[in-house]
Amino acid sequence: MEEQELTQEIKPPANTKGAARWLKDNLFNTWYNTLLTCLALVLLFFAFKGFLTWAFTEAEWDVIPANFRLFMVGSYPQEQIWRVWNAIYILSVLMGLSAGLWGGLVRRFAVVLSGVWSISALLPVELSTRGWCLGANAMIAVSFFLGRGRTGLRPWILGGWILSFPVIMVVLRGFGENGVLTSNWGGLLLTLILAVIGIVVSFPLGVFLALCRQSNLPAIRWVSTTYIETVRGVPLITILFMGNTLIPIFMPGFDINQVLRMMIGITFFSGAYMAENVRGGLQGIPRGQHEAAQAVGLNYVQTTLFIVLPQALRSVIPAIVGQFIALFKDTSLVSIIGLIDLLGVAKSVIANPDWLGLQAEVYLFAAAIYFAFCYAMSYASQDIETDLGVGKH
Amino acid sequence: MAAQENALNDPIIMCKDVHKWFDDFHVLKGITTSFQTGERAVICGPSGSGKSTFIRTLNRLEEHQRGTIIIDGVELTDDLRNINLIRQEVGMVFQQFNLFPHLTNLENITLGPIRVRKLTKSEAEEVALSLLERVDIADQAYKYPAEISGGQQQRVAIARALAMEPKIMLFDEPTSALDPEMISEVLDVMRELAHSGMTMLVVTHEMGFAREVADRVLFFDEGLIVEEAPPADFFDNPQHERTKLFISQTLQH
Repeated sequence: MEEQELTQEIKPPANTKGAARWLKDNLFNTWYNTLLTCLALVLLFFAFKGFLTWAFTEAEWDVIPANFRLFMVGSYPQEQIWRVWNAIYILSVLMGLSAGLWGGLVRRFAVVLSGVWSISALLPVELSTRGWCLGANAMIAVSFFLGRGRTGLRPWILGGWILSFPVIMVVLRGFGENGVLTSNWGGLLLTLILAVIGIVVSFPLGVFLALCRQSNLPAIRWVSTTYIETVRGVPLITILFMGNTLIPIFMPGFDINQVLRMMIGITFFSGAYMAENVRGGLQGIPRGQHEAAQAVGLNYVQTTLFIVLPQALRSVIPAIVGQFIALFKDTSLVSIIGLIDLLGVAKSVIANPDWLGLQAEVYLFAAAIYFAFCYAMSYASQDIETDLGVGKH
Repeated sequence: MAAQENALNDPIIMCKDVHKWFDDFHVLKGITTSFQTGERAVICGPSGSGKSTFIRTLNRLEEHQRGTIIIDGVELTDDLRNINLIRQEVGMVFQQFNLFPHLTNLENITLGPIRVRKLTKSEAEEVALSLLERVDIADQAYKYPAEISGGQQQRVAIARALAMEPKIMLFDEPTSALDPEMISEVLDVMRELAHSGMTMLVVTHEMGFAREVADRVLFFDEGLIVEEAPPADFFDNPQHERTKLFISQTLQH
């Protein structure tokens, strides 16, 4: 009986939790904090009142739907727009299958995506667009149910994702004169292509460079270090300009179009930063981990793949995703070279005499799109960290 | 003396004039000794005497710069094939456990068998579970190392080494990082292993363990083997002044 009393659970004292308590502790705990809180509330009220009044009464949002196609795909020809939808369908199927196979984060993204298509279909758009939207939704739904529970498909779907990048490029480009020249790619489509290719290629490039920089072989270490330091010492815009003019000079006879040149520039630039992020993680791995792996008989490649990289990358997820987000936003620099990405479209719409003086509306819309994608990445990174138990084990 | 007589017959580890430098610092100054199959040797000595460095040269975690080391007929050289061959025959347990924190205890054990011995996942898991049973923590298989106690982690580390079916087990101060109440659970496992006939080299300060389990005690000081003898002789009748001093200091507490 006595022992029971010793281990008896005692409830925490009342009034230590809850919203009211939090407000009191943090916002109204002293007379001057109370004063500051009230002042801040008044300021917030006026700021939001001003913004909301503008947004609902003065702003001319017509500019967005009127130029919506431009924002999304730039000057991609109308009669070839099915190519974009086909690319979207490929992604929808993969997304649906992955959502069914893995659930969790992918499923949440699939739900959001299908929500976007549903809302788009309800908006006053052309009948054909409505059809395409509903089709994409159906693709996600059908493949979700197809994928559910079939865990054996997982490696195939991963392969499918990797394969989807070149396939989508071909679908979007088509062949020769009948296709769509990359100079006609634009808007959000171009932004996404540059960003996704940049992320997908610069990540392994960065890991590779980081491993090289840690190598025992001086030549490899030296080359990698030189590359990283050189690229990091030059502004991205300079690299993009150089890529634009130098790549054709270095590779005469090859027809490397401007979009590809920008991809190369962005990827190489981001790879150098990625390498330093990854190196930070590599340095955090205690020597004992290498020794234990060696003692078990793992070779260098196995040690790197199964012991070092999983731990190193896990610990630098925030830095890596930060680099992804930076890269996504940096793609907007290609509009200086003359490509019409999302920001390029925004600038050209503002310059159009029909829509003079609507900078605020147009830039706000562009900013919202950038934010949506960057926030999605940030959200995903937090979710992945929780999933991997970072900081717990 | 029995161990030394056997040494002429069939030594599984042969070391001849092994030298090692850390930059200019001469850590091992010519170690010549050998170990029999099934022998249980305890290596002791003051810190900095080179005892850890010595056993770490045996699976090439440290490179020796002079002399020869031959393990089960294979000489340790720069040849990666030899190194890999030897590492598969030599298991090692570290002072700081060095479990892989991102893998569960079970995965810690199955990784080597799957990747190096090329067992299937289910075969490796079967082996791992029976080893966890043997070290008495089968119930912790699906937890992560950070979720179990130090003594339990060290037992997982022992199971991880055993999963490679080594012929030799090296222990580098396996209980030095443990809280006192956890030392005995690890020593129990090592005792059981010793009775099973495993060849064991143990660097430790646990003199009770040495006296009870060892066939031979080697005393290292300043990079040399100062004295080696069966535990009864070593503890009750040490020959060298430095050994006497060390024993009196260790047994005081």
